[in-house]
Amino acid sequence: MENLIGLLVLVPLLGAAVLLCGGRRLDRIGPWLGTLLAAASFVIGVVLFAGLLGRSADDRTLRVTVFQWVPVGGFRADIGFQLDQLSMTFVLLITGVGSLIHLYSIGYMAHDARPRRFFGYLNLFLAAMLLLVTANNYLLLYAGWEGVGLASYLLIGFWQHKPSAATAAKKAFLVNRVGDMGLSIAIMLLFTTFGTFAFQPVLAGADRTGEGRLTAIALLLLLAACGKSAQVPLQSWLGDAMEGPTPVSALIHAATMVTAGVYLITRSGPLFEGAPDAQLAVVTVGAVTLLFGAIVGCAKDDIKKALAGSTMSQIGYMVLAAGLGPIGYVFGIMHLVTHGFFKAGLFLGAGSVMHGMNDEVDMRRYGGLRKYMPVTFITFGLGYLAIIGFPGLSGFFSKDKIIEAAFAKGGTEGWILGGAALLGAAITAYYMTRVMLLTFFGEERWRKPPSPQEPSAEPAAHTGELPHPHESPKVMTIPMVVLALGSVLAGGLFSVNDAFVKWLEPVTGHSEGHSPVSAAAVTGATLAVLVLGVALAWAQYGRAPVPVVPPRGSVLTRLARRDLGQDDFNHVVLVRGGGQLTRGLVEIDHKLVDGLVHGTAVSVGGLSGLLRRLQNGYARSYAVSMFGGAAVLIAATLLMRAV
Amino acid sequence: MSSAATVHSLWMTAADAPKRIPAPHIEYGQLSPVLIVLGAAVLGILVDAFLPRRLRHPAQLMVALVGLAAAFAAVVALAAGGYATDKAHPAAMGAVAVDGPALFLQGTVLLVALVAAFTFGERRLDPAAHGRPVDSFAAQPAAVPGGEAERAAVKAGWTTTEVFPLMLFAVAGMLVFPAANDLLTLFVALEVFSLPLYVLCALARRQRLLSQEAAVKYFLLGAFASAILLFGIALLYGYAGTVTYSGIADVVNGTVRTVDPVLAQTMGNDALLLIGGAMVLMGLLFKVGAVPFHMWTPDVYQGAPTPVTGFMAAATKVAAFGALLRLLYVVLPGMRWDWRPVMWGVAIVTMLFGAVVAVTQTDVKRLLAYSSVAHAGFILTGVVATRPEGISSVMFYLAAYSFVTLGAFAVVTLVRDAGGEATQLSKWAGLGRRSPLVAAVFAVFLLAFAGIPLTSGFAGKFAVFKAAAQGGAVPLVIVGVVSSAIAAFFYIRVIVLMFFNAPEEGGPSVAVPSLLTSTAIGVGVVVTVVLGVAPQYFLNLAGQAGVFVR
Repeated sequence: MENLIGLLVLVPLLGAAVLLCGGRRLDRIGPWLGTLLAAASFVIGVVLFAGLLGRSADDRTLRVTVFQWVPVGGFRADIGFQLDQLSMTFVLLITGVGSLIHLYSIGYMAHDARPRRFFGYLNLFLAAMLLLVTANNYLLLYAGWEGVGLASYLLIGFWQHKPSAATAAKKAFLVNRVGDMGLSIAIMLLFTTFGTFAFQPVLAGADRTGEGRLTAIALLLLLAACGKSAQVPLQSWLGDAMEGPTPVSALIHAATMVTAGVYLITRSGPLFEGAPDAQLAVVTVGAVTLLFGAIVGCAKDDIKKALAGSTMSQIGYMVLAAGLGPIGYVFGIMHLVTHGFFKAGLFLGAGSVMHGMNDEVDMRRYGGLRKYMPVTFITFGLGYLAIIGFPGLSGFFSKDKIIEAAFAKGGTEGWILGGAALLGAAITAYYMTRVMLLTFFGEERWRKPPSPQEPSAEPAAHTGELPHPHESPKVMTIPMVVLALGSVLAGGLFSVNDAFVKWLEPVTGHSEGHSPVSAAAVTGATLAVLVLGVALAWAQYGRAPVPVVPPRGSVLTRLARRDLGQDDFNHVVLVRGGGQLTRGLVEIDHKLVDGLVHGTAVSVGGLSGLLRRLQNGYARSYAVSMFGGAAVLIAATLLMRAV
Repeated sequence: MSSAATVHSLWMTAADAPKRIPAPHIEYGQLSPVLIVLGAAVLGILVDAFLPRRLRHPAQLMVALVGLAAAFAAVVALAAGGYATDKAHPAAMGAVAVDGPALFLQGTVLLVALVAAFTFGERRLDPAAHGRPVDSFAAQPAAVPGGEAERAAVKAGWTTTEVFPLMLFAVAGMLVFPAANDLLTLFVALEVFSLPLYVLCALARRQRLLSQEAAVKYFLLGAFASAILLFGIALLYGYAGTVTYSGIADVVNGTVRTVDPVLAQTMGNDALLLIGGAMVLMGLLFKVGAVPFHMWTPDVYQGAPTPVTGFMAAATKVAAFGALLRLLYVVLPGMRWDWRPVMWGVAIVTMLFGAVVAVTQTDVKRLLAYSSVAHAGFILTGVVATRPEGISSVMFYLAAYSFVTLGAFAVVTLVRDAGGEATQLSKWAGLGRRSPLVAAVFAVFLLAFAGIPLTSGFAGKFAVFKAAAQGGAVPLVIVGVVSSAIAAFFYIRVIVLMFFNAPEEGGPSVAVPSLLTSTAIGVGVVVTVVLGVAPQYFLNLAGQAGVFVR
């Protein structure tokens, strides 16, 4: 059974290789082949899952070393896999949701020029992510980590003929590099501290290691997680990444990339538990990001960017949970899974809407679409209810638990974190209701022809034709239906009998915190802010008419539209600062380094010219030189004896 | 002891002598490499004496090649017979050592000489004079340069075929030099190989004055160095009462208590040991071309006929370093702490001086001469390692370096203009465009000199630096690396000159050589690349051969 783990990674990797190298012959069957292999990987995952369930709860870790990769002296890097409950959860999410997105893409990319390549990249993405979560050591994890970075670059920039897509891909790649650097340094520190890369000895040895070193390692790991999971301060790439095809957004946001950071923190739990300062940093990042993303999500008129803000915010919840330690891990991962369902569903729904609306993304040009796209409306609606935490649906169970755990952290810290999480829930309800109302309810604003003076972002809107909203084909709606079912049921199923907690507990550990507020009070408060958020949105966008041209808005709105100034900040501090730095370095290179080099060359040449004169051609001078040399040699030998 | 008694004892010794001298026991089989080469040399003299002129050249070449090949076969047979390892012992009454280093270095010298003989025999590079092919050597060396006799000799188509026996005599001396196991044998071997070399240097066909000047300088300075060496030998005899290596080593180590009554005044006097040891060292450092005893190298390398330069630069270094190693590792290990710092100093000065002065050279032969000085310094870093790895790494370096040198000088013979070889570096500009193959081959040799990976130069340099670092000479290695960097500059500069500069108007042309020189260059390239790509087998071979017999 252990051998199946390697196969899990190998199957999509093989798919990527075949599709990318196969040439035009595979153009026609490429999409189906890619989808089939993703599905095969899911089937392998299910078989492994069944195998794990057949074992006792403490014996559910499979380990296998395939071969020694780099054995050099004391340095050993193995290609080895480890499948435990945590990895298994990710495997099922990645392959399951990933397969559905593959299926959906067959319809969505039907009119694209290079579908074969697209599916090759999708398979590569799956393979890299699977490698990341099944590796049994940090070095192999790093290989998967970089693979994810590469695949996301290729997919975000898939429509590279659009300059904005190429720029967005580059931005995502560069921002991720910052995080990757953190991970690589962390891995080096891990090796110097523990002498190995493998999870087992590293995590077991964490409590015998000094707090300072653990803090350094944990902070670097956090930096890495911030990059991949789009957490403040490395969040800026996520919004621009919407330039990729919508299935890519779904894949990045629900099943793969952004979950990698949460996985890393949860997997390295013992390292963080030994470093309270780093844990504080983690929860701070989580809390700040969940509010940041939510505020940005409120102001965006682009449906995908609004959802992107929402993702940032939801991942913030997970990071917050992971930073809480054993009281939070389980719920962070649970929220990750439920979020995987509803966020994938929401993105696929958004894609379906765009598909029927000539690729229009401005929600102010939607309205009243529920009549034209009933399936999309219902599935999107269920996803909406799940994400805002409507009682009985997935999001309710997982998010509620995180808020509880945040309060249970205790002390002032607990109150602040709990408050932030609660506030986030309110804003979530507000911006998601706004998306829902603008898209599916109200006036049919897309019937108004665009006025000439109005600045419109998308070239599609300039065709002059009014869109003819219509439902998407079956190949797209079926994945949406499946995901909607998951959004509705997953949370409930997980919570029956605390099934999910018991499943994951042997790996992550679990402890109930001592909440200063009762669970019932938290649930009540969550529901209250939920109603508040929905009502506010209804008042603004349901009752009042929505202008097609966005109003100027308050300072906060305008700031949020500019992503709270993230790009301005990066530009001023990093771009300009970095430019100054490189100019300074170039100056140093020219003046100091080149000066040294040239100076050395000149002085060697000068010395050479001087010494050359000793060779004057007279045998008598040569003899004198030899005589002097012999004298020095003898004197030196005698001197050595004297000394 | 009273003076009368001393006289009596001396008298008695002299009187008893005829009865006591045993018949020397000589292992002819184990000395066969030397004997074969000497026999071939004598045969060469007979060839010159009795064969008609037109047959001499092919006959001489054949005798030399067969003799050298047979001697090499004898070396291989001895090594295969275990004389390099288990059966290693001092032969010929303790005068000559037959052991691993001796056989390895003799084999190297013989191969070098074999390849050099090919370049000696080349007769297609110079345009034929009066319808007869000519080689690199003077038609009539005794004739005054530019005089009537010379013209007549050229017109008659004479050639100096004596170069082959001369070379064979030199080779015989070089075979004995690293194997010499007492100081007198050392001195005799030195003279046996030096004297033919002095003569060979004077035999250039073109620029004869330069050639003769070089030979005279080499002779004068060589004689000076030999005198110092001989003086050192005398002092060491005074110190130890013997000239055998093992005998001196025993006295140094204090294991000998019996004092020769005649030498009671001097034996065990450390001043004699130190001064004598330093003087013998100096004599050997002169031969390897270490600073400050290197002054002869540029002038002699430039003036000598280029095939002789290649042979001399390669083979002399092998023989002289072999002798140096044996002296330091067998005779003087007991006084390691006296000579090591001194040798450190010599190595540092040699590496830096050679590399720095080479930077401003404008003649390719002088450039290679200074490069050989720098390389002598690199090899010295291995010598001072005072570990078994030091011996094997130095032997590997010598084998690698000598073939690169031979090849490089063989290429130099190809680039010619109206005045013969065009050794001015400025004339080599753009050679890569005119003759890409020749320029590429020369570039390979230059890269090997510079020690670029995948060439034998890198493997050799790595080996000696590693041995030196293990022997605790890390500062020496740092200086070595810095010198290598400086040296790389002028090697690469020649490559840039050949490939990236425009060719001059009326520049030199590349002569098409016969099979002889092509073979020599080909062997050089193959050895350079093979030792660079797969050095391990040869390093192991040198490692197995790296134990001196005492």
